[in-house]
Amino acid sequence: MKHLYTWSAILVLVLTSTTGDILLSRAMKQTGNLATLWRRTGVLTVIGRILRNPSFLLGLLAMTAGFYSLLFALSWGDVSLVAPASASLTFAANAIAAKIFLHERVDRRRWMAALCVAVGVALLAG
Amino acid sequence: MTPRKYLVLVGVAIFASIGDSLLAHGMQLSGSVSLNHLSRIVWMVANPWIVLGILFLLAFFACYMMALSWADLTYVLPATSLGYVLLALIARFILHEHVSMARWVGILFISAGVGFVTQGPALTHHPHAPAEEQAEEAVTTGVER
Repeated sequence: MKHLYTWSAILVLVLTSTTGDILLSRAMKQTGNLATLWRRTGVLTVIGRILRNPSFLLGLLAMTAGFYSLLFALSWGDVSLVAPASASLTFAANAIAAKIFLHERVDRRRWMAALCVAVGVALLAG
Repeated sequence: MTPRKYLVLVGVAIFASIGDSLLAHGMQLSGSVSLNHLSRIVWMVANPWIVLGILFLLAFFACYMMALSWADLTYVLPATSLGYVLLALIARFILHEHVSMARWVGILFISAGVGFVTQGPALTHHPHAPAEEQAEEAVTTGVER
């Protein structure tokens, strides 16, 4: 039963953190290059602009949900299972989601990178 | 990619890996949570390891947002996974833990992945993106290539 809890928490963690990453990435692309904006308009204006972006707030909500599912997963399963399994699956899920929802150009080089990192992270737990 | 941008990516990697290990340590100290005692998870946050972990994760978040403002998600994520390698190296050379063969292979895979992604462009150019940002990116990449 504990096993099922752990894997459900991992699955929820992967889904919520991928959703969060996609929404946050979209929000930051809408905001524009922070370094340039910072110089032109000042820190407060930049922070205000980010905080008023609905994608950012939704992304933050998803990330918070992800954070709590991480706490649950860690309390049910070993770190050596939870951390690599969720990280590895999140890398793969993000590459797919970024291509579909953000229209990023995920070429062969980036697929290889995402795959290598996913495999590597899974192996690190061994 | 300017040196300052690489510094932000390094910040993402370092803050995330240290923050995660602080959280994991804190969680192991507090023990497991059952679905019947959900309120305990609120109290867990009072653990000093978890508080420190959250502070590191906030620093991570600031760097991460900065990186996402000028690079693709599929660039930032693999590029910052060197943090895992860093953790394994700390375990081996500072904490003197045993690092198994499988872990060394894992380190090799992650490093290869980082190598792959950092060879390519950091940002996808969308035709409808603000012209100003594109021009700026074109200038920086043009200078460095």
